[in-house]
Amino acid sequence: MTVTVKTFDRLADAASAISTERGAHFLSGGTLLMRAVNEADPAIKTIVRSTDPAFRHIAVSSARVELGAGATMAAILAERELALLHQVARAVGGPAVREAATVGGNLFAPSPYGDFAAALLALDATVTLAGGYGERELQLEELLGRRDRGATLVSKVTFRRPPGDAFRFAKVTRVHPKGLSVLSIAALLPLASVRITGARIAYGAMGRTPLRAKAAERALEGRSLDAAGIAPALAVAADGTSPSDDAIASAWWRREILPIHLRRLLLGADQV
Amino acid sequence: MKTPIQLRLNGEDVATFADGGANLLDVLRYSVGDLTVKGGCWQGTCGTCTVLVDGAPRLACVTLAESCSGNSVETVAGLRRGADLHPLQTAFMEHFAAQCGYCTPGMLMAAKALLDRNPNPTREDVVDAICGNICRCTGYEPIIAAILDAARKDARRSA
Amino acid sequence: MLEMRKDIFADERDDDLREVGRPTQRQDILGHVTGTSAYYDDHHFANLLHLKVLRSPHPHARIRSIDDAAAARAPGVKRIIRGADVPVNLNTLLSLIQFGKDDEPSLATETVRYRGEPILAVVATSERAARQALELVRISYDPLPAVFDVEDALKPGAVSVNPVYPKNTFDYHRKYDHQKLRFGDVEAAFAKADMVFEERYQMSPIEHAPTETNGSIAVPDTNGRFTVYTSTQALFFSLDTSAKINAMPSNQLHFIGGTVGGGFGGKVDTLTEPLAILAARLTGAPVRYRLSRHEEMQFGSPRGAERIYIKDGVMRDGRIVARKVRAYFDSGAYTRLSSYAVVKCVAHIPGPYTIPNVHGDVYCVFTNRTPATAMRGFGVTALDFALECQMDKDAVAIGMDPLEFRVLNAYRDGDMKAHRRVAKNCALIECAQVAAERAHWPLRDEFRRMSSRKGGGEARAEAVADRTLKPAPPGAPRTPASSSQRAAYERPPADAKSPASPARDMPSPAAPPPSGSTHGVRRFSSIFGTRRR
Repeated sequence: MTVTVKTFDRLADAASAISTERGAHFLSGGTLLMRAVNEADPAIKTIVRSTDPAFRHIAVSSARVELGAGATMAAILAERELALLHQVARAVGGPAVREAATVGGNLFAPSPYGDFAAALLALDATVTLAGGYGERELQLEELLGRRDRGATLVSKVTFRRPPGDAFRFAKVTRVHPKGLSVLSIAALLPLASVRITGARIAYGAMGRTPLRAKAAERALEGRSLDAAGIAPALAVAADGTSPSDDAIASAWWRREILPIHLRRLLLGADQV
Repeated sequence: MKTPIQLRLNGEDVATFADGGANLLDVLRYSVGDLTVKGGCWQGTCGTCTVLVDGAPRLACVTLAESCSGNSVETVAGLRRGADLHPLQTAFMEHFAAQCGYCTPGMLMAAKALLDRNPNPTREDVVDAICGNICRCTGYEPIIAAILDAARKDARRSA
Repeated sequence: MLEMRKDIFADERDDDLREVGRPTQRQDILGHVTGTSAYYDDHHFANLLHLKVLRSPHPHARIRSIDDAAAARAPGVKRIIRGADVPVNLNTLLSLIQFGKDDEPSLATETVRYRGEPILAVVATSERAARQALELVRISYDPLPAVFDVEDALKPGAVSVNPVYPKNTFDYHRKYDHQKLRFGDVEAAFAKADMVFEERYQMSPIEHAPTETNGSIAVPDTNGRFTVYTSTQALFFSLDTSAKINAMPSNQLHFIGGTVGGGFGGKVDTLTEPLAILAARLTGAPVRYRLSRHEEMQFGSPRGAERIYIKDGVMRDGRIVARKVRAYFDSGAYTRLSSYAVVKCVAHIPGPYTIPNVHGDVYCVFTNRTPATAMRGFGVTALDFALECQMDKDAVAIGMDPLEFRVLNAYRDGDMKAHRRVAKNCALIECAQVAAERAHWPLRDEFRRMSSRKGGGEARAEAVADRTLKPAPPGAPRTPASSSQRAAYERPPADAKSPASPARDMPSPAAPPPSGSTHGVRRFSSIFGTRRR
């Protein structure tokens, strides 16, 4: 019994196919789905794909960034206007993986994958879902909470371009220069003069999905980015996380080193 | 059901039929018969099966073969320049950049993808280009040296 | 003295070699860079069948029942193979050299003893069909308590892992539960030592992770013969093992290999060939059995995990006067090569140092973990790691430079080793001196003047040699051994008494007593197994 492959010109038709057909899975970059197909995963009966050019479209303006869910990490790296995401895109696999791996795929990648999704979560991204009856929007955080609950096809991701250097990202790996995440941290740190207002911090590999560090965000409110200012945030860095033991690291280790790397990210290399 | 697949493989048109859901690695090896492409993990983690699709490096084992229909595919079988070896091949020979040889085809294609786009790479560029390719024998240093050397010599030749 | 290089291999070796420091090319490199080197899977056959194995999800369980009826009817399935189909379903790798007892089935029948143990094989027209059929097999298990720690496995009342070795230890010479090394009297020396340090070292299993996973293709030939293309590192070893398990004469097997996509010791276990041959025999078709990456990680045997305790007695002047090593090698559920790793380990105790009192106890222990095997210096690597960590700790504790501490204690020509062999062709002191110079590591003059050829043997070795014949009972007056070693150290290095004392002047090591039993007369060799000396 082989797998059936269905290719649609329009993304909406692909969305209909995965929502109506049992065992139908959408193929984006393939780095995760094809692995399951190679292993003859009995849950995968049909592969659905789309050649819709809108699916890969990237649009950048001074205020907003719109990433087609089929945009690859390589496409992001090729876009000069997206320099703020280059470090994140480069953290996803080697060049061959980056040519395949997509923004949309990363949103559904199980831990310890999903570093790009953690970055988008910190950037307060909105996802657009494709469907047979039209599109609808959803906060990324909400999607992550229910992503395993059924056939969902994301068509694009949008977020407001953050000011200046307010966005920071760090990925911690055991293998260098490239490896799976022990954890990753993305932070949006808007400053009102020298005080943080409305920080958003997201972790990869610290739970079943990328998640926000809400306690640390609250503890940073109105504080300055120096050792004394961030101390309360570091104290609650691991609150609300539920990391796993896996081949890369134990849950204990992930919790232990999280505040250390959060400290480095918040203070910046020059102050550590 | 078998799916027809046409590729431009190393400059030649080839056509074959593949099982639904077949990956590009198995199609190249077992349907087309290009045995220069090696498989290491079938899960996209080792880089052994790296080939170029329309000039970009791809992991053949997690690439749906029919998604490449109509595209150009390059493997190490097409790396020679006529009767001559590619400068990367010569440099790998001179620098002892292969031991068991199993990762070598993928490593060469990852390196070619780099040099095609960036003929004067830095060491950091080279390390990034092969960071998805696992070699268990050499410790990578001879490979990095070979790629840098190939870039230098090729630049001199075309100058 | 016989010099092998000149006296035996004179015609085989060019004395004017100038290879070191100059680039050279591998003879197979052209095939590698053109992708034309033929690995086992680069041979294609029409109607190739694919074998996949069902593996135990439990580390230890009794198999209550196996229902493979649905799998047998699944599309593309040509044959199901169970333990009862394997002609000789119990083997141990080193049985070919009469070392150890057959203890491991090709396919488990009543009990599984590690997670990943093979139970049943499906042979089908594609790997996908074989995998899908495996999903249809129903096995009912009674899980059993399991043991994962080497010392837990030796406790009274511990779970018995392997019925061939019910006490969870390999049998050496059919009667000893571990390998011993005894030289001098460590307890007496500890009592007199200025300081005693004991540490524990724990290694992890390490997967070789070759880029090419283990695999083979067995092809029926005419006249009942089979051609086998294989990734093995040990072609003839795998051939004979396959012949034994399939109860066929080895001249019916033609093995083709040699081009291996990375081995490092992980391709000596003959993991795939016996079942591939059996499947080809039962179906009359070529059969490939290739491990997936996941199987390679879980079922492919790793380097064993060793736990090593080292206790050293050290004098303030830097001499190590006693070393006691207790080590446990985790063999996993069956014997692959850990039994032999233990022999190598004991041969390596106490490291390249002249120590007058040495005591070693090394156990090969069975646990419910993946069987361990060879990997790059296995048995020795882990011990060396532990020993050299210990050397650093000793040196720091007595306030001595770690390199000088090693130079002081290093073997010299003529020294009697703990194995009652006289040290010769020693060069550790010189290596350390060169390394120190290159690394700009300061060595004091007296250490820079020391030599492997001076100050060894003589009184040290004789005294020790005497003692080995008459082991001192605990509490007995000390022999002059340690004082003579002290004399060797305290003598100013410039005061070279006599030139090097060559090994031929040394008394011969004590020969093992003649005996009617095989013990002590036959010795185990890494290549030839037990052989008469």
